[in-house]
Amino acid sequence: MITATATKKETKNYLNAESGLKSWLLTQDHKRIAILYLIAVTAFFIVGGLMAVLIRLELATPAGDLLDSNTYNKVFTMHGVVMIFFFLIPSIPAILGNFLLPLMIGAKDLAFPRINLLSWYVYMLGGCFGVFVLITGGVDTGWTFYTPFSTTYSNGYVVMTAMAAFINGFSSILTGLNFIVTVHRMRAPGLTWFRLPLFVWAHYATSVIMILGTPVIAVTLFLLMLERGLHIGFFDPAYGGDPVLFQHLFWFYSHPAVYIMILPSMGVISEVVSTFCSKKPFGYTFIAFSSVAIAVFGFLVWGHHLYVSSQSAYAGMVFSILSYIVAIPSAIKIFNWAATMFKGSVRLETPMLYALGFMGLFTVGGLTGLFLAAMGLDVHLTDTYFVVAHFHYVMVGGAIMGYMAGIHFWWPKMTGRMYPEVWSKVAAGLTFIGFNLTFFPQFILGYMGMPRRYHVYPPEFQVFNVLSSAGASILGLGYLIPGIYLIWSLKYGKLAGPNPWGATGLEWQTASPPPTENFEITPVVTTEAYEYTPQILAMIDSSPTQTTKEVTHVG
Amino acid sequence: MSASHHNAASHDNHEEHHVVPVSVYLGVFFALIALTWVTAWISTIDLGPLNIYVALSIAIFKASLVVLFFMHVKYGTRLTKLIVGCGLFWLILLLFIVMMDIWTRSWMGVPGR
Repeated sequence: MITATATKKETKNYLNAESGLKSWLLTQDHKRIAILYLIAVTAFFIVGGLMAVLIRLELATPAGDLLDSNTYNKVFTMHGVVMIFFFLIPSIPAILGNFLLPLMIGAKDLAFPRINLLSWYVYMLGGCFGVFVLITGGVDTGWTFYTPFSTTYSNGYVVMTAMAAFINGFSSILTGLNFIVTVHRMRAPGLTWFRLPLFVWAHYATSVIMILGTPVIAVTLFLLMLERGLHIGFFDPAYGGDPVLFQHLFWFYSHPAVYIMILPSMGVISEVVSTFCSKKPFGYTFIAFSSVAIAVFGFLVWGHHLYVSSQSAYAGMVFSILSYIVAIPSAIKIFNWAATMFKGSVRLETPMLYALGFMGLFTVGGLTGLFLAAMGLDVHLTDTYFVVAHFHYVMVGGAIMGYMAGIHFWWPKMTGRMYPEVWSKVAAGLTFIGFNLTFFPQFILGYMGMPRRYHVYPPEFQVFNVLSSAGASILGLGYLIPGIYLIWSLKYGKLAGPNPWGATGLEWQTASPPPTENFEITPVVTTEAYEYTPQILAMIDSSPTQTTKEVTHVG
Repeated sequence: MSASHHNAASHDNHEEHHVVPVSVYLGVFFALIALTWVTAWISTIDLGPLNIYVALSIAIFKASLVVLFFMHVKYGTRLTKLIVGCGLFWLILLLFIVMMDIWTRSWMGVPGR
């Protein structure tokens, strides 16, 4: 990596342009709003993580000796609600997307800065509802809110929790709207669609899902609230409703929501792989269009969550075929990243380690998804730990590894500081090992028939559960260490310079941290994306021996 | 990606906004009130299986008025119309695929019944 001299005079940037709490809470700067999201999303990640600790501690023994069944139900529900609605969905788009999208397209800000700030406040309002539920007694429906349990039998705060997710959805819609308009209207002169970084393509596709899918979950949760509160029949057969209709409407959003989590991660990986191989991504156009294909096909596969409901077997067959088809654009990305690395000069810096982790873990997650898309096999595996392992491989192994790769990749840009290299590599290794030890045994448990959402289990399952709990403690350490050294780096990290990795995007051509207006003068793009000029390659080649080199703008 | 720089001010993307006369807004507003009244009135008449179709037709017409006039889609660019069309298409897709399940559930018998 290439770092700037420690004596470099601190220049005016978005962090020091204004001071005081008010300047942060009323800011319209996309970079500051991204930092607000970073703080809030991290807080929710800690809350969700603590729930995971309780779950794994409880499951370390076959008996229910830490939590009773009712409390356990509430703990895994809140783990799911917090992690999905308040961490995974906003993590990359609202933090990295907010920070980087305008920078990557040479714009001064997003198209609607006030709406951007509003989205953060809406997110926080939804979060307040979530926290209220958490501290006043919780909810026990699972994050899926299935009817008729949620509308008729549950004693928890179902309406409040649904309201939290409902409100939070509007934050997502506002972010998606902002991204789409920004990409359409605010690209720098010369930045055509096929010169856009793949990160931007991924966020564009994600935004389409946010705009088209989120209103459906909002309406669904609203109907749930009406049925529970006012007994208006939508899903309860006693009132003339259809409980499977709830599952249809819920998964119409919630399956594409997986792609809201994973597509931005894929965007990160494309940037990281290209940078650390110093090569244009193999099949740029295919990767770009595969993001759009995932967004489109991802909407047509939701019925594979309903095979064991009373869904028609004929509908199930169609959903099964479509689910296999959606694997194709995902595989295109994996193959293209591998082809990019082929014969490349791969630099194993920390973001690249996370990216490699992503590729392996997401592949396992994706392939086990095909098991579950097969109607016959799914009857055996539905609601077992196999499903839990599968979606954690996608969401944690995929989305969070991508998030960690992105945070480590752009941290120098966001803060102007480098983090300690050795510790960051140790953390990446611990995360990979801890993750696999946590979730791989769960595939075996699920195959053996251990159902999810139970706090007691037969003693023969204990060995795998102990392995899983042991892995979770290593995984927790893998997340704790970056938390410490990233905060440490804010004060003590080496100055980063504008382009510490030798990357090609526009965001690397401005100062680190960037000034409030992003670019002193509007950039004009004259070349294709990911063009590694001899100047950049020379800079990378000379970097290992010149760690305190003063870096100037490239391009 | 390499880039040169220039000092041009941010390019002006603002387009001429269509000014809608207040009379159009008032006309749409009163049409919506009137159609709400029609919905309530028609619910008192038993049209048999047509009840749902009539009620939904009025609702769709009202929604169209809101989208076209209050949301300015009628005066929007082709891109705006395309995006609204995509949203509508997606809604139809959702309804059609859900109905695909409901229509075919009885095709396969239930064991034991």
